[in-house]
Amino acid sequence: MDKLWLIIKREYLTRVKRRSFIIATLLTPLAFAVFFVVVGLIFQYESDDSKRIAIIDEGNVLQRSIKDEKNLYFKFVDVELDLLRENFGEFDYDGILVLPKVKDLLSKNYTVYYYSDNQPTLDIESLIRERVREGLKDYKIGALQLDPRQLEALDTRVELDPEPIDEAGENASQLTGAIAAGIGGVMGVIMYIVVFIYGMMVMRSVMEEKSNRIVEVMISSVKPFQLMLGKIIGVGAVGLTQVAIWAILIPVIVFLSTLVFGFDSQTHMEMAQNSAAADFNPEDTEAMIALALEEFRGLNWWMIIPLFVFYFLGGYFLYSSLFAAVGSAMGDDLGEGQSLTIPITIPVVIAFYIMIVAIEAPNSSLAVWSSIFPLFSPIVMPARLAFSPPLWEVLVSMVVLAGSSIFFVWLSGRIYRVGILMYGKKVTLRELGKWMFYRD
Amino acid sequence: MANSILSLDNIVKTYDKNIAVDGVSFEVPRGSIFGLLGPNGAGKTSLIRIITTITRADSGTVYLDGEKLGGSHPEQIGYMPEERGLYRKMKVGEHLTYLARLKGLSAPLAREKIDYWLGKFEISDWWNKKVEELSKGMQQKIQFIATVVHQPKLLILDEPFSGLDPVNTNLLKGEIHQLKEEGVSIIFSTHRMEQVEEICEHIVLIDKGRNVLEGRVKDIKNHFKKNLYRISYSGELPDGLESRAEIVEQTDHNITLQVGEQGQSNHLLQYLLQQGVFIHSFNEILPTLNEIFIRQVQGEN
Repeated sequence: MDKLWLIIKREYLTRVKRRSFIIATLLTPLAFAVFFVVVGLIFQYESDDSKRIAIIDEGNVLQRSIKDEKNLYFKFVDVELDLLRENFGEFDYDGILVLPKVKDLLSKNYTVYYYSDNQPTLDIESLIRERVREGLKDYKIGALQLDPRQLEALDTRVELDPEPIDEAGENASQLTGAIAAGIGGVMGVIMYIVVFIYGMMVMRSVMEEKSNRIVEVMISSVKPFQLMLGKIIGVGAVGLTQVAIWAILIPVIVFLSTLVFGFDSQTHMEMAQNSAAADFNPEDTEAMIALALEEFRGLNWWMIIPLFVFYFLGGYFLYSSLFAAVGSAMGDDLGEGQSLTIPITIPVVIAFYIMIVAIEAPNSSLAVWSSIFPLFSPIVMPARLAFSPPLWEVLVSMVVLAGSSIFFVWLSGRIYRVGILMYGKKVTLRELGKWMFYRD
Repeated sequence: MANSILSLDNIVKTYDKNIAVDGVSFEVPRGSIFGLLGPNGAGKTSLIRIITTITRADSGTVYLDGEKLGGSHPEQIGYMPEERGLYRKMKVGEHLTYLARLKGLSAPLAREKIDYWLGKFEISDWWNKKVEELSKGMQQKIQFIATVVHQPKLLILDEPFSGLDPVNTNLLKGEIHQLKEEGVSIIFSTHRMEQVEEICEHIVLIDKGRNVLEGRVKDIKNHFKKNLYRISYSGELPDGLESRAEIVEQTDHNITLQVGEQGQSNHLLQYLLQQGVFIHSFNEILPTLNEIFIRQVQGEN
C-alpha cells in the first residue's frame, strides 16, 4: 500500500509540476475567454460608414417620424424624386427612400423604392423594412380606426408548462428540457474529452517507461499491477485537478472578460433577435434568463456533481486501464501500435454519438440501455443526469460500471505485466488475448 | 544450504510453447562474486527475472538466505538490468529517493544513504540535476547507486560495465569488490569472459535453458586443462623429446608440449635440463574461460 502511494505521488507530482501542465491548465480558460471576447466583438461590430437616407413620404405614412440608427440617418424631404435624382451628387445623401401612397388599406403588400448607387446592405435593408412595417401598422390602425389594445390582445403567446402526474413530483418549467439538454451535452463532451486526453496520457506514459527501460528496475521493487494502478490513479488525480481548476477558472475568466469588455450574453441575444426581425420584447428575454437561472439553480446539483465525479472516475479507470494495456504492448513506435488503439476508440466514439441522441430523447430505450452498458455509460449517463432519470437506472448503471471498471483494471493488469517486458515484437490483438492467461 | 545466499532447485519456466529455463539448479555461495554465464537467449534473463520476483517459475523453488522466495524479498535484492533506464524528467535526488523508498527505506534513511553514495562518487552537487542532462556514463553511476542504496544482501548485475569508459569501469569494479568485502553476495551476468575471469570466484554456465557447468573458477579451469606447457628455451632440443611429450606447437625457441599426466611435467623439465637445454621459462597453459565457454556451448551443438 505504501508503495502504491509512493507511485501515485510521483505520477501526480511530476505531471502537475511540469511547465506544460501549468501552461495548459491556465491557458485553456484564457483561450475560452479570448474566444468569448472575439465572438462578442464580432457580434458588436457595426458598419462604421455612416449613411444618410432621404425619405420622400408621398402618403405621409410615417407621419414625419422615424428613429435614427447609429450610423444611419433619415431625413424627410419635400423635393420631387426626379429633381433629387438629377442632382443626387450635390446632395449629401447615400440613398433615396420613396414611400408611395397606400392605395388599399386591407392589402397585405406594400412596396417601397430605394434609389441608390449601391445595393443596400442586408442590415440596412432589414432595418428599413422593419421601420416601415411598424409605421405602416400605426398608420393603418389610425386609418381603420381600430383599438390598439384590442389588436394587441389578438396576439396571444401560448406557453406549455409541463406538470408531473404525481403531485409530489418535481415541477418543471418550460425551460427544464432545454437546460437539461445543455448541461447534459456539456457533461457528455467533457467525459468524452477526459477519456481521450487522460487515457492517452496513461498510454504514452506506459510506453515511455517501457522504451526508457526504467520499467524493469521498477518492477524489481513493486508488482507490475501496483505500478499500473499507481499510474492510473496518479494521472486520474491530475485529470480531476485540471478539470476542477477549469470548472472554477473558466466561469470566472469569462465573467471578468464580459465585465471588462462591457457586454453580456443579453446583447448577443438582442443581436440575434434583431437580425431575425421577429417581434421582440427585451422584457421577455430578461424573464427568460431569470427563469433559466432559476431552473439552473433548481437542478439537483447535490446529486449531479457527485454522480458526474463517479462517472468521471468509472469511465476513466475503465478506459485508461485499457489504454495502459495497449501501451504496454507497443514498442517504441507509436505508429505501429495505432491499430491496437482502434478497438478502444470505437466504443468511445459510438458512445459520443449515442450521447447526442440521448440528449434529445433521454428516456428512449437506446439511451437507457447504453447508459447501463459499461463501455458507453460513462459518456451517456452524465448527459442524462440533468433529466433526472429514474433512480433504479442510475443505481444499476453505477453498479455495472463499478464492477466493470474493476474487472477491466484487473484484466489490463494481466496484459500489462507481460507486455512491459516484451521487446522487439510486433504484437497482435490475439496475442494480447493470450497474455491474459499467462501464468506469473 | 546454510552457506548459500541463493539456492535454485530445478527451476522450469516456459513462455507460450518455448522452454526458457529447463530444470536449472545451482547455489550461490554467501559473500562471493558469482558469474551467471551463457550465450544470448540461453535463459539468463528469465532466471534473473525469477530471482528478482519479477516473474514466477512454473515449477521448482528458489531460496533466498534459506527462505523460500516471497513478497518481502525484493527489498533484500538489488537488481541492475542490462537494459536500464531512468525517468528522464526527474531530478537525480528525487529519483534516487523514489527508488530507495520503493525498496522500503524511510525518507530520512533514504536521504542519508543517497548523500553517502553521492559523496562517495563525488557527485553530491548532482542532486538537483535532471537525469536527461547527464551523460550515459553519469546515468550508469546513478543506476548503480539506485541498485545498492537499500543495502541489499544480494546484488544482481547484468552486464554492469557495458557503455562505461575504462576509468568508470575500474571505479565500479572497486565498488563491487568493496561490497563483497562487506559481505554482500553478487551475481554477475555477462558474456565478457575476461571480466568473469578477473572478478568471479564461482560460475554457472547456462545454455538452452540448462546448466552445463558449475563450480569454482579454479576447479573448472583445472578440470578442463589439457596439461599443456609452454617452454621458452635456447640451445638444441633433444631428439627423444617426442617420445616423452606431444609437441603441440613449435616456433623459434618456443615450444608447447602436452604431457599425459600432471606429475610428468617435473620429469619433462628434469629431462630437458639433463640434456643441456637452457630453460628461460616453463609455464602451464590453463584454458581460458572463453575457450571453455565456446567448447561447452559449441560441443552441445
